[in-house]
Amino acid sequence: MAVKAIIPDYQGTALDPVENFHGNIMFHVNWEKHLMFCAPLAMAMPPDTPFSQLVEGTLTEAYGYHPDMARVDWQTVTWTRDHEPFEPDFNATLAENGVIHRTLLRFTAPGLEGIAGSAT
Amino acid sequence: MAEAKNMVYLALQNNEDARGIIEAIEEDNPHAEINHFPAMVKIDAKGKLVVNKATVEEKIGREWDPQEIHVSLISLSGNVVEEDDSFAVVRDN
Amino acid sequence: MSKKLNLRERYQRMTRDLAWEPTYQSKKDIYPQMDFEGIKIHDWDKWEDPFRLTMDSYWKYQAEKEKKLYSIIDAFAQNNGHLNVTDARYINALKLFLTGVSPLEYAAHRGFAMVGRQFAGVGTQVACQMQSIDELRHVQTQVHTISHYNKYFNGFHDFRHMHDRVWYLSVPKSFFDDAMSAGPFEFITAISFSFEYVLTNLLFMPFMSGAAYNGDMATVTFGFSAQSDESRHMTLGLEVIKFMVEQDPDNIPIVQGWIDKWFWRGYRLLTLVGMMMDYMLPKRVMSWREAWEIYFEQNGGALFEDLERYGLRMPKYWEQTIEGKDHISHQAWSIFYNYTHAAAFHTWIPEDEELDWLSSKYPDTFDKYYRPRYEHWREQAEAGNRFYNPTLPMLCQTCQIPMGFTEPGDPTTIGFRQSDFEDNRYHFCSDGCKDIFDNEPQKYCQAWMPVHQIYQGNCGGATVPEVLDWYHLKFGIDNFDYADSPDRKNWQAWKGLGDEAGADQEGEAAA
Repeated sequence: MAVKAIIPDYQGTALDPVENFHGNIMFHVNWEKHLMFCAPLAMAMPPDTPFSQLVEGTLTEAYGYHPDMARVDWQTVTWTRDHEPFEPDFNATLAENGVIHRTLLRFTAPGLEGIAGSAT
Repeated sequence: MAEAKNMVYLALQNNEDARGIIEAIEEDNPHAEINHFPAMVKIDAKGKLVVNKATVEEKIGREWDPQEIHVSLISLSGNVVEEDDSFAVVRDN
Repeated sequence: MSKKLNLRERYQRMTRDLAWEPTYQSKKDIYPQMDFEGIKIHDWDKWEDPFRLTMDSYWKYQAEKEKKLYSIIDAFAQNNGHLNVTDARYINALKLFLTGVSPLEYAAHRGFAMVGRQFAGVGTQVACQMQSIDELRHVQTQVHTISHYNKYFNGFHDFRHMHDRVWYLSVPKSFFDDAMSAGPFEFITAISFSFEYVLTNLLFMPFMSGAAYNGDMATVTFGFSAQSDESRHMTLGLEVIKFMVEQDPDNIPIVQGWIDKWFWRGYRLLTLVGMMMDYMLPKRVMSWREAWEIYFEQNGGALFEDLERYGLRMPKYWEQTIEGKDHISHQAWSIFYNYTHAAAFHTWIPEDEELDWLSSKYPDTFDKYYRPRYEHWREQAEAGNRFYNPTLPMLCQTCQIPMGFTEPGDPTTIGFRQSDFEDNRYHFCSDGCKDIFDNEPQKYCQAWMPVHQIYQGNCGGATVPEVLDWYHLKFGIDNFDYADSPDRKNWQAWKGLGDEAGADQEGEAAA
C-alpha cells in the first residue's frame, strides 16, 4: 500500500540508510530473558569489527551491570540473526558474519534466566 | 463517552456558580440520578436532561442565559439541543 | 416584529449564513484537499452543529473562564501553593506534561486552524476554528500554570526546545506530526474522534485527578477550565464520524482504517500516562489497569457497540491492549529508570508501600515479572551502584518508543516485527505498529528517530554529555535519580524535613 498524498506517486526520503552513518552500520542486540535492560540495544560500529570484539568488548561491557554476565560462557551461548539460528565465527568480522545495517542479533545464555529467574 | 443505550449525562463543577444549575436540574428532571465526585457533580438520566432558564433564574435570583452553562460544564453525553430558554442533552434511540 | 433574533436565527446568521457560493473561483481550487483521501462528501449542509455557540458568546464565556483561572493561579503563586503537593516526586509528572503534552495542544491549535481552512463546509469550519482557539488557550493556560513550578523545580526551563529533540518526546511529537501531515479528514478522525473522544479520559483524568490527589491546585484548576472546552471537542469528534459514514458507504472502510491506526497510536502514546499513574503520583488515584478497564473496555466497548449501526467495529488489535494493561506501565517505568541519566525528569524506586500497592493492583504480573527488578535495583542503588543503561535502545519505527514491550502471550520475551522497504529494514514493537508502517511506508521511512540521529552525529556529538547539552538538559540537575537531585534537596529544606541528601542547585552532590 502507498501513502495517500496530494502529490501523485509521492516518494519519501528515508532518513536511515547505511550511507548516513559515517562508515558504521547500526544494528541491534538483545540478551534474551534479561529484561532489566528494558529494550534491545542499538549500536553503531564499523562493519569490519571482529565479532570477538563485539562479544568480549562491547556486549560484556554493555551488559556488565547484570550479575549473570560474569557467568556467561560465550562458547555455549546460542544466537539468532534476524530470527534464524546463527553460529557466529568469532574470528571473522561483523560483515563476514552477515551482520549488516539493521541486523537483529538475539542471544541466549543457557541456564541464565535473570534475577531470581524472573527474566529480568 | 457513550454509556448504556439512551443514557445521557451532564457533569458540572461542584462550585457556587453551578449550584443553582444543579438544583434546577434536580427539580425539572425527577428521573435523574445525581452523583458527587471530587469537585464534580455528575447527573445521569435516561433519554433526556433539560436545564430550564426560568428554573435556574428562580434559584439564583438574577437573569441567566442558558449558554452560561459553558463556564461550569465539565463533560456531557447525548445530543445537545440549545434553545433561548433551555439547554438539553437527549438521546432517543 | 421581533427585534431580537432567537438562538437558532442568531446562530444561523452568524455562522452558516456567513458562507457563500463562490462565483469566480472553483470549489476545487478553494478547497484543494477535499478529494485526495478518497472521502466523498455529497452534502455539507447535513453537518449537524453540536452546539449553537456564536463567536460573541464564545468569547464572553471563555473570557469569564480565563479570569477565574488566572485569579486562582495568582492566589496559588502568592500562597506558595507548590509547597502543598504531597512530595516533590509528583512534580516530575508535571515535567512530563509540560514537555510532552502542552506542545501537543499547540500542535492541535495549528492542526485545527489548518483543517478549518481546508474543509469545504461552513459548520465544520466554524467548529474547527473554535477548537483551534480552544487549543491555543489550553497551551497558554498550561504554560502559565506550570511556569510557577519552573521557579522552584528543575526540568521545566526549555520545554519547547526539548519537545523537538529529546528522545522520549519524539513519541508524542511524532504522534501529532503524523496527524498534521495527513489530510484533513484523517486529521479530524485521528484527533477529534480517536483522541478527543475515545481516549480523552485516559489522558485528562489521570493527570487532573492525579493533581487533585497530590495537592496541585493549580493544575486542577487548569484542568477544570479546559474540561468544558473538551465537552465541545468530544461532541465534534462524534459528529465527524457520523457525518462521514452517513455521507457515503465508500467512506466506511477508509474511516475504519483510520480508527484502527489512531487507536493503536493513541494506545502506545498513553503508555506514558500509564507509567505516570502507577509510578509518579505519591498519592495514587487508580491503577492504569483499572483506568483502561473503565474508560476503554467498558466505555469504549459501549461506544463501538453503538457505532455498529454505522458499519464500524472495534479497532484492530484491541484485544492485545487487554493483556497489555497488566504490563505497559511497568515496562515504561523500567525504560525511564534505565535512561534517567538522559531524561529531563527524575525516576526512583517506589517505596515499600508503593510496591505493595502495585502488587495488589496487578496480582497476576507485578510480583512475578517486575518486583524482582525493582528490589534488585534498590539494593544496588543503596550500595552506591545505581543502574544506568550505558547503551542506546532499539526503537520502534512507528511509535518511536524503545522496544520494551513483550510478545503477546509471553511477558518474558520482547516482541519483534519487521518490514523491508526499498532496500532498508525497519523494526517494530507490535503488529499494530507494523501495519501502520506497511500501509504508508513512504511516510514512516522519513521518521526522525532520536537514537538513529544520535548515531548519525546530528545531535550535538557522540557522547552523552554532548547530546544532553544539545537537548538543553542540565547535567546533574535535571537528570539522574530523584534521590540525588537538587529538587529533593530543596524540598527537604523547604519543608523542614531534614535528611537533605540530594544535590545542590548547581549540581554538586551533597555530602
